[in-house]
Amino acid sequence: MAGALVTSNDAGLSVPDWPTSFGYLVKVPHFVGGIRYEWSHRMVAGTLVSLTLAIAIWTLLVERRRWLRWLAVGAFCTVIAQAILGGLTVLLFQPPAVSTAHATVAQTFFCIAVAIALFSGRKWVEEQPRIEFDQRRPSLFTLTLLSIFVLYVQLILGGMFRHHGMSWWPHVLNAVIVSFVLAWTAVRALSVYSEIEAVRRPAILMLSLLITQLCLGFTAFLTRVAWGRNAVQPELPMVVSTVAHVAVGALLLAATMILSIQVWRHVPVAFEERVSREQRDASAA
Amino acid sequence: MNKKTSRRMISVSTLACALLLTVACNKKENTEQSNNNMSQTAATAPAATPIDPATVATVNGTVKFDGMAPKPAKIDMSQDPACKGMNEAENVVVDNGDLANVFVYVKDGLGSRTFDVPKDEVVLDQSGCKYHPHMLGVMAGQTVQIKNDDQTTHNIHPTPKDNREWNESQPPASAPLEKSFAREEIMLPVKCNQHPWMKMYINVVKSPFYAVTDKAGKYEIKGLPPGDYTIAFVHEKLGEQDQKVTVAPKDTKTVDQSFKAAE
Repeated sequence: MAGALVTSNDAGLSVPDWPTSFGYLVKVPHFVGGIRYEWSHRMVAGTLVSLTLAIAIWTLLVERRRWLRWLAVGAFCTVIAQAILGGLTVLLFQPPAVSTAHATVAQTFFCIAVAIALFSGRKWVEEQPRIEFDQRRPSLFTLTLLSIFVLYVQLILGGMFRHHGMSWWPHVLNAVIVSFVLAWTAVRALSVYSEIEAVRRPAILMLSLLITQLCLGFTAFLTRVAWGRNAVQPELPMVVSTVAHVAVGALLLAATMILSIQVWRHVPVAFEERVSREQRDASAA
Repeated sequence: MNKKTSRRMISVSTLACALLLTVACNKKENTEQSNNNMSQTAATAPAATPIDPATVATVNGTVKFDGMAPKPAKIDMSQDPACKGMNEAENVVVDNGDLANVFVYVKDGLGSRTFDVPKDEVVLDQSGCKYHPHMLGVMAGQTVQIKNDDQTTHNIHPTPKDNREWNESQPPASAPLEKSFAREEIMLPVKCNQHPWMKMYINVVKSPFYAVTDKAGKYEIKGLPPGDYTIAFVHEKLGEQDQKVTVAPKDTKTVDQSFKAAE
């Protein structure tokens, strides 16, 4: 949200130095204009790095699941990478590829943080998974992975458009593909596995967020591209609609990732389907 | 925390710092290199081609706006209490059909002539959270003095295509910045990221034959040697239009131009 506010208010380079801000690490500057967004974004980022480091250390100390310890370390590495990309964005004057990478890694970090919250939750730890084998092709798990892939493509296309590296139409065109793939995934999940709460809830959330996101995308297009083309400064409707579009986009990606994880847990592909006949014969022998 | 993990965390942090330092150092080196190149260019610049002052001609005229002039867009400066200037954008300034802020320059016809870079600096002032002037002409290598007369910090950020990009902040009552642009570039945008409505254009040319239309749409280019020229009229929103003109010794030619509203 803080990053989206910076870009939407065209305030990305209002603080020209990095990692310091006007020569200081934490001194509050004259809090006006674009500085409000950029400096606040840096402070939020600094707090996030500290919190992520605390989570990583805590997880390493108390968590018994080795893969979760690695995930927490991965989260910290991602937030550091994100900070470096933010710095490069400032020092290299916002090259579209770097700024887009900064936006993409931000949402990746958000997804990792959500995943850590999911895996460390009481329900995940104590729940006895209800398992139904998936016999359909493509499998629901494949569909969820495809959904995450198209969402990432959409994220990159949106970032490139937002950072003036590409026209708007690839993002709009891919929105059709995203809608189709996500709707297919949600309909499959809800029509076949609606009795599994852990699958049903993220599927409904994903579908709701998809509809909201399409509406916000349309509004953002109207305010920024159609009506705001010749605006002399960022106007409130375009800032609100684009920030909301970015935020709901992040939630949609996270909801899809949760659905994918829950499908992997509750609706696995049958063992016979996963292992080829040759492998099974070999292991039997 | 196990030892392996902590060692890896330290390695990642060290790598991040190293990368950051590399970027920062490269940037500084590039800046220094660019400044050195500019000094060398100035030192090795060929001598100016002599022009006979007794034969020079003048081209002048008026630039008109054809059609219904758009209403100036309002600017909301409320996000900084120190900004108390006129709250209207200057992207299309029309008064009684006369179009201001058109950059007029000799685009073609000067051949291989070279010209001395003026030692006087061109002043770009930030006042009322607006740039003055909104449209600026300068010769390649000439100094642009950038002043801040506001009680707020600005950052000056040119976003060129052919010149070096830079972004520097300028607090109130600080010393003027002195900058120059090495390469010819028309409509080089300059903006302030702290006040997103602050935009202006610098036009960097190789010859001293340029002008910017005033509020009455008028311009004048003096001291032009006799010859055949292409005069370009460039506007930030309305684009570029060219006209051919032939000037005889001591001639004064009027070359008017009109722009239609952008569709």
